[in-house]
Amino acid sequence: MSDGSPGHDNTTAHDYTATEMMTVTASRALTNGTTCFVGIGLPSEAANLARLTHAPDTVLIYESGTLQTRPDVLPLSIGDGELCDTALSTVSVPEMFRYWLQGGRVDVGFLGTAQIDRYANLNTTLIGDYREPKVRLPGGGGAPEIATNSREVFVMIKHSARAFVEEVDFITSLGFGRDGRARDDLHPETARHTGRGPTLVITDLCLMRPDPDTHELVVTSIHPGVTREQIIEATGWSVRFVNAPEATPEPSAHEVQVLRELKARTERHHAGHHEEASA
Amino acid sequence: MAEFLSLHEAIARHVHDGDIVALEGFTHLIPFAAGHEIIRQKRQNLTLIRMTPDLLYDQMIGMGCASKLIFSWGGNPGVGSLHRLRDAVEKHYPAKLEILEHSHAAMACAWEAGAAGLPLAVLRGYLGSDLPRVNQDIRHIDCPFTGERLAAIPANRPDVTVVHAQKADRAGNVLIEGIIGVQKEAVLAARRSVVTVEEVVDSLEATPNACVLPAWAISAIAVAPGGAAPSYTHGYYARRNDVYKQWDAIARDRDTFRQWMEDNVMTVEEGVSA
Repeated sequence: MSDGSPGHDNTTAHDYTATEMMTVTASRALTNGTTCFVGIGLPSEAANLARLTHAPDTVLIYESGTLQTRPDVLPLSIGDGELCDTALSTVSVPEMFRYWLQGGRVDVGFLGTAQIDRYANLNTTLIGDYREPKVRLPGGGGAPEIATNSREVFVMIKHSARAFVEEVDFITSLGFGRDGRARDDLHPETARHTGRGPTLVITDLCLMRPDPDTHELVVTSIHPGVTREQIIEATGWSVRFVNAPEATPEPSAHEVQVLRELKARTERHHAGHHEEASA
Repeated sequence: MAEFLSLHEAIARHVHDGDIVALEGFTHLIPFAAGHEIIRQKRQNLTLIRMTPDLLYDQMIGMGCASKLIFSWGGNPGVGSLHRLRDAVEKHYPAKLEILEHSHAAMACAWEAGAAGLPLAVLRGYLGSDLPRVNQDIRHIDCPFTGERLAAIPANRPDVTVVHAQKADRAGNVLIEGIIGVQKEAVLAARRSVVTVEEVVDSLEATPNACVLPAWAISAIAVAPGGAAPSYTHGYYARRNDVYKQWDAIARDRDTFRQWMEDNVMTVEEGVSA
């Protein structure tokens, strides 16, 4: 499923990691021409891989105000100079959130998270009680409104029982609420401006999608070499599978090569102590 | 009208104990030199506002300058936690820190509302989030035209905003370029403002739609070359990602942190600290 251009090795990769499998699969979920509001970390890696392979016209937006950016290396922070240098335009942060996100210009919000639950609610705030947290996490950032103002949301997270919990300790960003119904009964004006929520969760083991009726996340596709037992063990609720889960296609040699080159470039760039000024 | 002052004088005159203070800059143009001067002058009991508290607020909180933090994302971007912030929230060290937590969209709107002289910001936000349960400042209003329930939060109105910018001209007008974040809004929302700049030039050579703060909207300007490092100044120097990565180990331990601050902030001259 790579771009199929001549000279690219579209044969299946022989050798790839589970994380590379996750990133390539996530990149394939972005169709060419999509306007994507990109979260930092894993989503940023996948979104840029999509742009460098099958989806060159994907529009990437970062919350720092950089519109339609084409970074050569992955940013360490959401506001790296690289994002501004390679953007079509850089707007203020209020404009970014008010006009471009709340205004309804974003097709896909692409988010990472610390915890996700059965109804795809996301927690990036804390583990434990709010006033006496066991672990304090960074907080919401752009995610609460990205999760509701984008037309749909993709979530990327490594599979583990600590991350996939029955119910999140804190709903930072709405999936489908504690009963799965939170998006059903909105005021018509609010509903008109609110997206479908998480439609796809990409992990290093499988793909999950919300059940059309209950909105509970169910496994729809299993990555090569992964067993159902592994997924069950790494999920904190009694996870369900669709009747006949698909087998996720393996990455192509080209996709793995482009991803590795991107990461190597990024590593070299961020290791430099005396980089040239961004101009 | 903007007065050119030394950084020491600008902070001494405009940042007081107990003030509501915002040091803004969205990853870019974070006013480290000015923040370090606030630490050296041992300001106390500050309410700190900032969308993305990063290393600078970790340092200010760890040195005991703050009693309250209003923010929307507190971390070391791409690296991990802010250990001094966490220590203050979780263990009340070196002092108890009250936190008031928002989303970026809400904070950005609160800055805009502050600049516009409005009492509140309105947004289609916090839908289904637990944040309104833990932050009394997140409330709701009904739209008088459609009946839609919208989120409302108070405007940000700090006593003083501190930002860093590329340059000022000799009259004290300031040009900000690159990722401009909420700098303009944060300055216009504040009662007083201090702007540090890389340099003073004869002409800003600003294009018609450039982000310019007129001299008459600024209280004080201090020249602080390198004043945003280890964050960056577009067109001048790049972000020191290595410093951001190293900070994790420094801030993890209370004593290591104290010693680092002693060596790199407390005992150095203004404007030349790391």
